[in-house]
Amino acid sequence: MRTKDVDIFRTVTWSAGAGCHGNCGQKLYVKDNEVIKVEGDEDHPWNQGRSCPRVLALKQYMYHPDRITKPLKRIGKRGEGKFEEITWEEAFDTCEDRLREIKEKHGAESVIFAQGTGRDIGGPISFLAYSYGSPNWCQLGLSGQSCYTPRLGAMKATVGDFIVADCSQFLEKRYEDPEYEVPKVIMVWGNNPITTCPDGFFGHWIVDCMKRGSKIISVDPRHTWMTTRASYHLQLRPGTDGALALGMLNVIINENIYDKDFVEKWTYGFDELRERVKSYTPAKVAEITEVPEQMIVEAAKFFACNSPAAVQWGVAVDMCPEATTVAQAITHLSCITGNIDIPGGQVIARPSHGVTTYPYTSEELRGLYGDDVVKLMNEKRIGCDTYPMVKGFRGWAQPDMAIEQIATGKPYPIKGAWIQTANILGGQAARAKYHYDALKKLDFIAVVDLFHNPTTMALADIVLPAATFAEKDSFRSWWTPLSIIKKRVQVGECKSDWEINFELAKRFNPEGLKQWDTVIDLINSRLSVAGTNFDEMEQKGGWEMAPKGSTRPYRRHERGLLRPDGKAGFFTETGKIELWSKAYEGWEIDPLPYFKEPPQSPVTTPELFKKYPLILITGARSNLFFHSEHRMVPWLREKAKDPIVEINPETAVKYNIYDGEWIHIENDLGKVKRKAQLTPKVKPGHIQTLHGWWLPELNGPEPDLFGLWDYQINKLVPGPQGSDSGFGGGQYKTTLVTLSKIKEGGV
Amino acid sequence: MEKYGLLINYDYCTGCHTCEIACQQEHDYPVGKNGIKLTEYTYENHTKLCIDNLPFPTELCDLCLNRHQQGELPACVKHCQAQCMSFGQLSELVKQMEIQSRTVLYSPK
Repeated sequence: MRTKDVDIFRTVTWSAGAGCHGNCGQKLYVKDNEVIKVEGDEDHPWNQGRSCPRVLALKQYMYHPDRITKPLKRIGKRGEGKFEEITWEEAFDTCEDRLREIKEKHGAESVIFAQGTGRDIGGPISFLAYSYGSPNWCQLGLSGQSCYTPRLGAMKATVGDFIVADCSQFLEKRYEDPEYEVPKVIMVWGNNPITTCPDGFFGHWIVDCMKRGSKIISVDPRHTWMTTRASYHLQLRPGTDGALALGMLNVIINENIYDKDFVEKWTYGFDELRERVKSYTPAKVAEITEVPEQMIVEAAKFFACNSPAAVQWGVAVDMCPEATTVAQAITHLSCITGNIDIPGGQVIARPSHGVTTYPYTSEELRGLYGDDVVKLMNEKRIGCDTYPMVKGFRGWAQPDMAIEQIATGKPYPIKGAWIQTANILGGQAARAKYHYDALKKLDFIAVVDLFHNPTTMALADIVLPAATFAEKDSFRSWWTPLSIIKKRVQVGECKSDWEINFELAKRFNPEGLKQWDTVIDLINSRLSVAGTNFDEMEQKGGWEMAPKGSTRPYRRHERGLLRPDGKAGFFTETGKIELWSKAYEGWEIDPLPYFKEPPQSPVTTPELFKKYPLILITGARSNLFFHSEHRMVPWLREKAKDPIVEINPETAVKYNIYDGEWIHIENDLGKVKRKAQLTPKVKPGHIQTLHGWWLPELNGPEPDLFGLWDYQINKLVPGPQGSDSGFGGGQYKTTLVTLSKIKEGGV
Repeated sequence: MEKYGLLINYDYCTGCHTCEIACQQEHDYPVGKNGIKLTEYTYENHTKLCIDNLPFPTELCDLCLNRHQQGELPACVKHCQAQCMSFGQLSELVKQMEIQSRTVLYSPK
């Protein structure tokens, strides 16, 4: 569409700029190759015209004076902040030469490929890592890979598929579709959906459902807008989610209010589950979780007796000790109440149309990247020897072990890092200082990002400027709908992650990738499963809901749409939902759920608790910032200028702290500055602060690193705790700390 | 001439700040200037803690006159993630208010 001299392009978001996991329909107003305005696309079923603050501030992000728009090479010492602009050719040549050198001397496994979250990163980074030949790809710094992977593993092991809250997102007509039914209850567990669009889910869909009658059960240690609207607010002690889920299973089974027909017909291992949950009585669980016994019983009944019921959950689950078992127990709640793949329940979610943005199967990996990579993935991938589940579920290296290996050089040395979409030091890194010290020693580090941040400043030898979603060609099949993103403008010399990685991957693996000349060729080959291509998708408006079949609900298990053999049932070994998990048994972990206390807690470490009597909750989401991004965007930062910490007024009295005072949060790992905000939103004994704070307005070069060591809260979060599965349990919500006043003169 | 206004159902305002940025983008207001400002209220009623949010149109709110002339909703109303804002003639909005509790009606211009 064109009005006067402005072109209006419909598009789909996916980070960078919007800062999210994407899929919103937006209209870009473009004049002279410049985005001058963004408007929500009212014809897109996902958001129906709505937008978020971050995407509406896109132009301040895209055209920010600090944005990196040309490749840079470091010319001073590492961390000195001296960079020089270079050509793309020189940048690619340098990356190629340095990475080849490491491969020849130490083997390709000696380079770690580190991602954060956001952007269409999974495709490009695995494409490059495997083309180069390294099996070591992970969210470096994210202790326990504690973001969705533990939940995905639990769902796959139990249901044989992934399940999501059904807010009609698979249907074009959405809430108006006659097939759809609004959930009677939505249990919102460890997630604040109004601040975020997590895991391929638009947060405000929960609000849409509330308006249409859904009642809320809220599992959250804090008070939020959502909890104040809940029929039941289960205000649990952080990290005790596993006990709560087991207690609810106990109630539902003992009260005989589970779905007997469904359990009988479609599940395996119910008797074992019944036996296991016996000891988790409501009284015992009340003692562990600090949720009143009566409320646990009532909420469990409310959930079980009001079908369809959905569960919308978040990373708080992944950050519990033994998260894979916590997520398993929560999944069981949906399963034994018969809420699987029904309208308004937990629907099975598969990549739309069967399109995967990057290959998963060994067969496909061998074809593209050769036998050696697959062999390395099974033999040298960090963590695969220690944890059968890490070896057997997804292709990640284990992040806590990865940083140990970088630090110690054992069992084999790591010499280089490719860091893309990850401000590791300013964001997800638990024990951030340890990561800093370890990474600093590497021979070569390339960082792909849009702005300088503590990670580029402290570590990068080469910085490659990445594109926002308005500046790139890409595609998306994360649950629904299938979408393409088309490049509309160019900013400086920025390139998309796909373009950057495609170019380098071709250099390392010309033979395997010769079938594609361009990124569009590659996208087309992945889209071919859906019988479509990039141009055709663009003609259709950029998105398409899955046709009837295996990637569209409902009741696919009854219709034989889930299993490769076409029989009715679920995609598991037994064909049933495995409440006693054969997959977990195979991964040498307990096939049934259990509860484990956090490694630091009043119960586990009473002596430490005397010294540090407050539970620190980090990792909450913000409407204004995506993790460690967006602090430099004026319209956004204006609404949340300072890093604040929520403190209950009772706690504040004990520490003699007043509202608005700058204070220290501290433990044995150090101290971090925050501005105190006294509020009853947190319980006495808990404090809450956002992660990802660094101040772009401060000095970048060392030692300042944009105030990193003053404001990086994850500096206080300890490292690994030795979970059974290798996944989950990053202590982002259960670290013990104390508060102190900042003495005269700062520091 | 019939006057127009904004009706806010503050039971559903989630405090997401979208209205504020939508307004600043639409009018290209710099930091410090805005046609709408959000406030959060945390308080206790007889039994529990309450959290409500409420946007307030400032003197800079022109009800997006330009957009209105082109048949479009004000930027804040259109983009509101909770869809808790309505734009219309005051006489119509009053009728809506009579059947919907926890609402406020603004007549900014």
